[in-house]
Amino acid sequence: MTDDKDVLRDVWFGRIPTCFTLYQDEITEREAEPYYLLLPRVSYLTLVTDKVKKHFQKVMRQEDISEIWFEYEGTPLKWHYPIGLLFDLLASSSALPWNITVHFKSFPEKDLLHCPSKDAIEAHFMSCVKEADALKHKSQVINEMQKKDHKQLWMGLQNDRFDQFWAINRKLMEYPAEENGFRYIPFRIYQTTTERPFIQKLFRPVAADGQLHTLGDLLKDVCPSAVAPEGREQNEPRLKTDSRSEQE
Amino acid sequence: MAEEPESALQLPPSSTTDGEGPTEVSPETATPEPPSSAAVSPGTEEPAGDTKKKIDVLLKAVGDTPIMKTKKWAVERTRTIQGLIDFIKKFLKLVASEQLFIYVNQSFAPSPDQEVGTLYECFGSDGKLVLHYCKSQAWG
Repeated sequence: MTDDKDVLRDVWFGRIPTCFTLYQDEITEREAEPYYLLLPRVSYLTLVTDKVKKHFQKVMRQEDISEIWFEYEGTPLKWHYPIGLLFDLLASSSALPWNITVHFKSFPEKDLLHCPSKDAIEAHFMSCVKEADALKHKSQVINEMQKKDHKQLWMGLQNDRFDQFWAINRKLMEYPAEENGFRYIPFRIYQTTTERPFIQKLFRPVAADGQLHTLGDLLKDVCPSAVAPEGREQNEPRLKTDSRSEQE
Repeated sequence: MAEEPESALQLPPSSTTDGEGPTEVSPETATPEPPSSAAVSPGTEEPAGDTKKKIDVLLKAVGDTPIMKTKKWAVERTRTIQGLIDFIKKFLKLVASEQLFIYVNQSFAPSPDQEVGTLYECFGSDGKLVLHYCKSQAWG
């Protein structure tokens, strides 16, 4: 699996061309030009938008600025979801660039978590990695790592260093040769059609009869409503999986 | 580890958490949920109605964080970690600005919008979900 280096690279270097525009009701001293950026799909909004923040704050007065947050067509964007997930879930049918609106006031407390610092992103990211490893290896791999390995994973993501990240992540993706995969496959299914945050269940890579499970098996099992009945497959299910979390 | 003798107390519904605090339920009126009646086999597909069924959550304090006299609570599956944090803070009479962290497996802190039902299905054992809570970050 970790031999599919080209695929891993393509996933890692996936980018979404994005146009950031300041919300019309924000008070500025002069006109705020839109700001364009290629967003890495595997990263987090608040991790890669320092330049966006600086760009708009230049035309604003200090007293009009509080915590930055982002919105797409009226939906506040959760910074703790990977960027690619947000795009696929909310905007995959829209034309590019992806138009994101930037806010500096009226933080939507009900919809978004606060992101006071990069430390908050790191803590969230590491928690996701740990949760995934609890499912994959009963936490054995992540617990055997040193603090500096955890740091390297995070720094790899933060600085967009594929090799740095995968030098460590490789270990998290291994399993004993005599087994056919992880203990359970970590996955999350996000849907726009429900209020629930996501579906996550225990799912083994191998069926009781020894057959390897497919993605189709997983969907049939945990999300039958998203799979077309009687094997008609042209019916595109409205769901997205968080591919990064499967990769972790 | 001996099974907790008392039965699980009902957590007040999220909508009432703005009230004066959790309603103490006497042991006689507590949800009479037998320890293993809730879905013990997480792999099985459950009927839609089952999502209403509450799960047992065992709350354990870490370090110098105050303990709760009642440790076992019956919680709706759709209750979020944030909802649980708010409840515990209210129960322990912490001020709003104080932080509270919740951990699964003494290892990771699920994000506040995660549902306890999902965590129960993936990390529950013996018919209950054990969560540790702490006023400071206990497990990086």
